[in-house]
Amino acid sequence: MSDAILEVRHLSKSFGSNEVLRDIDFDVRPGDVTSIIGASGSGKSTLLRCINLLETPTSGDVLFHGESVITGGVNPNKYRAKVGMVFQSFNLFDNMDVLKNCMVGQMKVLKRSAAEAEANAMKYLERVGMAPYIKAKPRQISGGMKQRVAIARALAMDPEILLFDEPTSALDPEMVGEVLAVMRSLAADGMTMLVVTHEMAFARDVSANVVFMKDGVIWEQGSPDRLFREPETQEARDFLARFMER
Amino acid sequence: MDFFSDIGALLAQYWETYLRGMGNTLLLAVVATLIGCVIGLVCGILNTIPCSKNDPPVKRFFLGLIRAIIRIYVEVFRGTPMVLQAVFIYYGLPYITNNAFRFESVWAAAILVVSINTGAYMAESVRGGIISIDPGQTEGAKSIGMNHFQTMTSVILPQAIRNIMPQIGNNFIINIKDTSVMFIITFTEFFAVHRNIVALNYKYFPSATIEMVGYLAVTLTASALLRWVEKRMDGKSSYELVQTDNLTMAAGTYSHPDRGTPFDERSTEFGGKEGK
Ligand SMILES: Nc1ncnc2c1ncn2[C@@H]1O[C@H](COP(=O)(O)OP(=O)(O)O)[C@@H](O)[C@H]1O
Ligand SMILES: [Mg+2]
Repeated sequence: MSDAILEVRHLSKSFGSNEVLRDIDFDVRPGDVTSIIGASGSGKSTLLRCINLLETPTSGDVLFHGESVITGGVNPNKYRAKVGMVFQSFNLFDNMDVLKNCMVGQMKVLKRSAAEAEANAMKYLERVGMAPYIKAKPRQISGGMKQRVAIARALAMDPEILLFDEPTSALDPEMVGEVLAVMRSLAADGMTMLVVTHEMAFARDVSANVVFMKDGVIWEQGSPDRLFREPETQEARDFLARFMER
Repeated sequence: MDFFSDIGALLAQYWETYLRGMGNTLLLAVVATLIGCVIGLVCGILNTIPCSKNDPPVKRFFLGLIRAIIRIYVEVFRGTPMVLQAVFIYYGLPYITNNAFRFESVWAAAILVVSINTGAYMAESVRGGIISIDPGQTEGAKSIGMNHFQTMTSVILPQAIRNIMPQIGNNFIINIKDTSVMFIITFTEFFAVHRNIVALNYKYFPSATIEMVGYLAVTLTASALLRWVEKRMDGKSSYELVQTDNLTMAAGTYSHPDRGTPFDERSTEFGGKEGK
C-alpha cells in the first residue's frame, strides 16, 4: 500500500462540538484520479482543506509519500507548494494580471527567476488555452477563464498532486465544459488528482477510484463502474438516485 | 474698493512670506501623512496577524499585548485635540523630564505630532482595508505555499492600500488644514504667517481671505492629484489580447464533446445539465 502518494488515515475533524469528519481513510495513487462525491454539507471541502493543511485535523494523519505532514515536522508551506489546490471560487489574486498570477508563487516560494517563472507559466497558460489573456486582470475575464487560470497557477508550481474543490460549481453552465475539458486532458496525461465534484459523468469517465461521503463519513469507495452501477450502501443508492432525478 | 486694494497691498508686500508659510504647511502635511501611513500600516498589519486557539500561549500573549497597546494609542490620539497633543509633547515633555527630553527643532516636534495623529486614524483604516480583502485570496496564496509575509506584501497590502487611498487622501487634506494649530508651538506654517502679518497691520479680513483662497487652492489641487493617482493604480480598464498563433487562440474556445461519446458532459445518464 505504500506506493500511494497520499494516504489519509483515520482522519477526524471537529469544529467545536460539531464533528464534521469521522475516521476518514483512503489512498491516492500516483497518476490516478480520485473523485469524492456526496451531498453538500457532507464534509468534502473540509476534507480537502485538512489534506493541504488549511485546516488542522482534530485527529488522524495525512501521509505524503509515507511521511506524516502533521506530526512529521514538515514545513506546511513547502508541502503546500507540492500539493496544488483549485477552489470553487477561483481565489485568483485580483491585483495581478493572469501571467503574474501564475508567476508569483514560483518566484516567491520556489525562488525561480522571473524568466524561468514566466516560461513555465506560459507553458501551462497555453495548455489551458489562456495564453492570449495574460494581460487581463481577473475581474476582466469570465468564470470559466478564471478557473482555467487558477488551474494553470496551481500547475505552474509543478505539484505532485492537484486537489480540486468543486471546480465547476460556481460556473455558468456553458462554461463548465471548458474547465472539465482541461481536467480531462490533465487526467489523460497522468496528473494525480483528487477531485470533489458533482459532475458525475466526469467522475465516471476519468476516476480510478470514487469515494462517496455522507455526514462526514466515507460510506463506500471503489471503481466508478462498480460504485455508479451497483452501489452497496443504501446511502449511496439514495444519493445517486436523487442526483439523477434532478 | 478698500478690500481688494488691501489684499493687493498685502500680497505685494508679503507674498514671499505667505508662500513660504504655505510651503511649510505642505511639506509638514506631506511628510506627516506619509509617516502616519507607515505607522498606520504597521499597526494595521500587527492587528491582523492571524491568531488561533491552537497557537502557543506565548504568541497569543504577545499578540494580545500588541493589540491592547495599539488600541490605547488609537483611542488616546484620536480622542484628544491635536493642539493639546502638540502642547504636551513640545512643552510638556521637557517640563516633566526636567529638560532631559526636549525638541531642538520645532519641525521635528510638529512632524512627530501630526504623524502619530495621522497614524492613529490610519491604523483603523488599514485594518479595515486588510480585512475587506476576500479571505479566498489568502487561501489561494497559502495553497501555493506562500507564507503570511509573502501573502501580505504581494497580495493583500497592494489591494488594501488601493482601497484605503480615499482615506489617505482625506487625511492628507485634513492635515493641510489642521497643521494650522501648530502655530501653538511656534511652527510658522500658512496660518501662523497670517497671525504674524495681521499683528503688524490689523488687516484681518483681507489676510483671512488670502488664507481661505490659499487653502482651498491647495486642497483642490491635492484632491485632483489623488484622484489621478487612484485612477493610475486601477490600471487599464481593458486588456490587449496577446496573439501568438491560431492554435493557442483556438485552444481557448471549447465546444462540448459530441453527444453520445463517453465524454459527453450533457449526458442525462449521470445527472448532466440537460437532465436538470
Ligand atoms: N470553519 C468552520 N467552522 C464551523 N463549521 C464548519 C466550518 N467549515 C465547515 N463547517 C461545517 O462542516 C460541515 C461540512 O462542510 P463542508 O466541508 O463545506 O461540506 P461540503 O464541502 O461537503 O459541502 C458543514 O456542516 C459546515 O457547516
Ligand atoms: Mg464544499
